[in-house]
Amino acid sequence: MDAVPEHFDPISEKPESAKSLPLVIQDLTVAYHRKPVIWDVDLKIPEGKLVGIVGPNGAGKSTLIKACLNLIQRTSGKISIYGSAYEKARKRVGYVPQRESVDWDFPVSALDVVAMGTYGKLGWFRRVNKRSKALAMQALDRVGLAEYADRQISQLSGGQQQRAFLARALVQDADVYFMDEPFAAVDAATERAIVELLKEFQLRGKTCLVVHHDLATVSQYFDWTVLLNMRVVAAGPTSEVFTQENLHKTYGGKLSLLSEAAEKLAQSL
Amino acid sequence: MSDFSEIFDVLLLRNYNTRLVVICTFLLGSACGLMGSFLLLRRRSLMGDTLSHATLPGVCIAFFLGVLLGGDGKSLPFLLFGATVTGLLGCVAVLFIRNHSRIKDDTAMGIVLSVFFGAGVVLLTMITKMPQGAAAGLESFIYGKTASMVYSDFKLLVTVTACVLLVTVLLFKEFRLLCFDEAYAAVQGWPTKWLDVVLLALVTTVTVAGLQSVGLILIIAFLIIPAAAARFWTDHLDRMLLGSALIGGVSGWMGASVSALIPDMPAGALIVLVAAGFFVLSLLFGSKRGVLVGWFRQLSLRRNVGRQHLLRALYEILEADRIGSDEIVIRPVPFRQVRGRRTWSDKQLRKYLRQSYHDGLIDTVKKADAILLTEAGLEAAARMTRNHRLWELYLIEYADVAASRVDRDADAVEHILGEKLVALLEAKLIKLHTAKGLAVPASPHPITPGD
Repeated sequence: MDAVPEHFDPISEKPESAKSLPLVIQDLTVAYHRKPVIWDVDLKIPEGKLVGIVGPNGAGKSTLIKACLNLIQRTSGKISIYGSAYEKARKRVGYVPQRESVDWDFPVSALDVVAMGTYGKLGWFRRVNKRSKALAMQALDRVGLAEYADRQISQLSGGQQQRAFLARALVQDADVYFMDEPFAAVDAATERAIVELLKEFQLRGKTCLVVHHDLATVSQYFDWTVLLNMRVVAAGPTSEVFTQENLHKTYGGKLSLLSEAAEKLAQSL
Repeated sequence: MSDFSEIFDVLLLRNYNTRLVVICTFLLGSACGLMGSFLLLRRRSLMGDTLSHATLPGVCIAFFLGVLLGGDGKSLPFLLFGATVTGLLGCVAVLFIRNHSRIKDDTAMGIVLSVFFGAGVVLLTMITKMPQGAAAGLESFIYGKTASMVYSDFKLLVTVTACVLLVTVLLFKEFRLLCFDEAYAAVQGWPTKWLDVVLLALVTTVTVAGLQSVGLILIIAFLIIPAAAARFWTDHLDRMLLGSALIGGVSGWMGASVSALIPDMPAGALIVLVAAGFFVLSLLFGSKRGVLVGWFRQLSLRRNVGRQHLLRALYEILEADRIGSDEIVIRPVPFRQVRGRRTWSDKQLRKYLRQSYHDGLIDTVKKADAILLTEAGLEAAARMTRNHRLWELYLIEYADVAASRVDRDADAVEHILGEKLVALLEAKLIKLHTAKGLAVPASPHPITPGD
């Protein structure tokens, strides 16, 4: 089990019972067509952290998130959210899927999409009411999209679409958020808006797990980092985990540019 | 042959039989339109096709069983029950192949669709050779036959349509979420599998209910075409559902009416053709995504751009005449001089001139082949030039674009500057320039013929 670094022990750092841990993963393995995508993952995420999940393409980052959300079948392992099984804790869970996962030609407006965040609280059969719309409008305003509320979603730019997804997560008001590459191919304004939102989530004591691609911004955005390449290479406070050595292990040194970037980062920390 | 009174009899539903048939197909069309919209948005169009083709062996097997049990096998509820069973079996087969092999969806559907339909054709051929089979008229399930509709069909279709309507109203929000973002729906705790089952059950119900009148080959068109047509008119799901139901209903009504007028014409085919007519109309004229709307938008933008270039060219020519900060004096400008301002052809320029003349922005001095701005034209020209230069100044000041290049860059954007953006530009630039300087600011670069 060399994959788990020695310092990884959030519980002893801050005595908390498993109940207050937003996410605990034990021995998680997921396989597609008998080929493991993630293998024997153990992870404990303390509350109120901004967690970056970092690793090369095909490392199983999205798979890890989807397994946590019960969206794909896991081959083995146990996942608990705030100490209970996913089914019992789902009200406290928010999800921001990858932008490409939906059809943006769908006949709905930006406001409609954001209002979907309130569907869970509305429950069966009840129509979207004024209150949900007001909440959705607030969230749109919060991400700077108020004036686009009535636009059909294909008329939004990529960054605006991503912000609409975040606004939807915002109205849902969950305690732990799983975000699949929210920073992928967005403009600078969107990137800033997302970072601001993440910080606000953190201030309100929420936990965010974010699949992230850009190594250059990891230490700037996240205070907790999970380095993943099929297995967990390292997980813990970014300042301790995000080292050149660990990045080498994660990316396997096959990308010299990346290791160079990593070296620079290590120096700047 | 049908004369006019006969046509009116049909269209005005005077005859009991046609009234029944037409109301039935209208109801069926509306129900199909509603379910078809969800099928389309859920990207399950081919699934509907598989389902409908897979009903044929069920109809035949039900007939066999009916005969074996001692009847004539023609009990409609029993036949439809059989259709439902094999239809769903077909869907299950597709899901099984998809989930347990690496064969993709479309291939799995193609296989299941043709195999089930093939089996159905074999069984049907056997039936027609049976003494009871010749008169059973099972072929009508393939192409549809509205003439055979009776009051019990009407009752069935009213029930089906009411069910579809009720479920759509109740589960509108749930279906919308399911179709748009299934994974998110699942995380939010909705039983997506069961919602899918409800959707499939409703699609099955309308398909089976429509087997008799439209036939199993064409029912898919009745599901998909109205929905696809409605999408051209709106960007809202609720309006799309309404439009789709309406197009479906009217197609059913008109198709059935025509088939009542022409003997031996299969109603299913006519209904689909009418629906296709609506589709083509929507494709061309749809107010949201129609082809013509897109063309028109482009055309009017191009026209606008051309006119704005013309006006600015005229303004800049007159501007060069004036001494000091005097007001601009309108004088006739020779065609050649305007022509030399930009890279436009004689023909293009003449077109823009015609349009501007039509809009009262210019007058022409025929003999001298010269152009004279009107008062309104000068005002518009000043405004255009101002927008252009404000944008240029902004680009130079804030986007660090070189003065020599700024004209081209500004050209690309100025035509779409709205009032709001212009006001923003003013607010930004007023800090650096006086209000007077912004009236129509001087060009930040030398104006040369040809730019």
